[in-house]
Amino acid sequence: MTESVAVRFERVTLKRGHRTILSDASVDFRQGSVTAVLGPSGAGKSTLLFAIAGELAPSAGRLQVLDEAMPQPSVRSLFALRRKMGVLLQGNGLLTDLTAFENVALPLRTHTNLPEPILRELVWMKLNAVGLGEAGDLLPQELSGGMARRVALARALVLDPPLMLYDEPLTGLDPIACGVILDLIRRLNDTLGLTSIVVTHHVLETLPHADRAVVIANQGIAFDGTPAELTRTADPLLRQFLDGEPDGPIGFDYRHQSKAVAHA
Amino acid sequence: MRESIQSIGQIGLFLVRILLSLRFSREQLADIARQIYSVGARSLPIIAVGGLFVGLVISLQGYRALETIGAGSALGTAVGIPLYRELGPVLAAILFCGRAGSSIAAELGLMRATDQIMALSMMAIDPVGKVVAPRFVAGVISVPLLTAVFCAFAIFGAYLQAVWVLHIDSGFFWGSLRSSVDLVQDFGQCFTKAAFFGVVSSLLAVHVGFHSEPTIEGTSVATTQAVVQGSLMVLFLDFLLTALLY
Repeated sequence: MTESVAVRFERVTLKRGHRTILSDASVDFRQGSVTAVLGPSGAGKSTLLFAIAGELAPSAGRLQVLDEAMPQPSVRSLFALRRKMGVLLQGNGLLTDLTAFENVALPLRTHTNLPEPILRELVWMKLNAVGLGEAGDLLPQELSGGMARRVALARALVLDPPLMLYDEPLTGLDPIACGVILDLIRRLNDTLGLTSIVVTHHVLETLPHADRAVVIANQGIAFDGTPAELTRTADPLLRQFLDGEPDGPIGFDYRHQSKAVAHA
Repeated sequence: MRESIQSIGQIGLFLVRILLSLRFSREQLADIARQIYSVGARSLPIIAVGGLFVGLVISLQGYRALETIGAGSALGTAVGIPLYRELGPVLAAILFCGRAGSSIAAELGLMRATDQIMALSMMAIDPVGKVVAPRFVAGVISVPLLTAVFCAFAIFGAYLQAVWVLHIDSGFFWGSLRSSVDLVQDFGQCFTKAAFFGVVSSLLAVHVGFHSEPTIEGTSVATTQAVVQGSLMVLFLDFLLTALLY
């Protein structure tokens, strides 16, 4: 693997049960970039992300993450690799019995032996980085959707991982909160030198903040290029997705989708 | 039949996974202490009230039966033996399943439904060690202690009924109780059973909660299973232990 690639899919097939989600897909995610992974609902965007995180083993092909092959041979080695990843889940996954501060402190308390004053300093730094320096004492149920997402982001970043995975970071947020989260993703990526993979179906909001765009549809990689190239495309499948047209190669109902996939 | 054997095997493997995840680090001990408060200390009111009423009832029923043969003063014996051998450990464990087992299963089910368990795994934190093991250990420690509280309140209830309502001499009541209750046969049986019931009811609660479907319905099913399966297993195990050990 070249130095500039953080994640590489090489003719990878991903299945959930008997259902094929991705077939023979090849794509690289370059180090230091923000890549938007786009596609219609159910196309397999989150499945791709779970494969990178080691939750789903490829049925065929080679998947390399931070120079290591997936799946990992043991839970121990998988967890060692996951310490180099930050994952922001769609549902945030904040522990409801812990305050925002303790949620962010949890990975540090588990994986490091830092003295308490240094640990506290690090947690406050991360909370300040996401604009929530004053909200450390609040419980997750006392936070708004956008605030909870930012706490989860601070927690995902607290171990300074080189690779960040975002699963639908904008779902359920108002346009202002969407802008704040996307600005944060871009700023943190650039200032901390991360590689960010953002799985989303919020095309218009995400593309201006991304270096690259990957579109998943019909069990494969339908597009891999820059956001500018994507917006200029004349491909009917991509145009239907970008313009939100009800009719086209991407079916709306499940049976239609299955047929489209079968004919692809 | 094959499915039953398979699920027993899965529960056994889950127990091994829990035991291997025990580190007794400062963090984990703090989690265990919090859970002992949550599943043990907060179950005290229902256990105490339950024990009190059971004591009141067995004292009344025992007296009616003994009085027909003129042996009302031996009420302490009629209360002590069934209480320590059967009623104390069994009813305390069943009440534990209803109060704490259901709450453990619901908590774990909701944690799965709201991505909290997935988030722990993504942070390279073993969810079994972080959220399952503390609840299991807390249950194993709490059930024998709750059984002791249940028995104490039952004896107190029986004493109130016998001395204040049925006017049995207090000395006769305590004398017959002390002379008939044996340390090994009765106390030993009570706490051996309580220890087994603690392991089984806690294990079932964490197993069904942790493996529930990540939906509201899945959480609801897990909560019901924790109570129903836990209570039935307590009754089955009670028969098995009584037949094999005593």
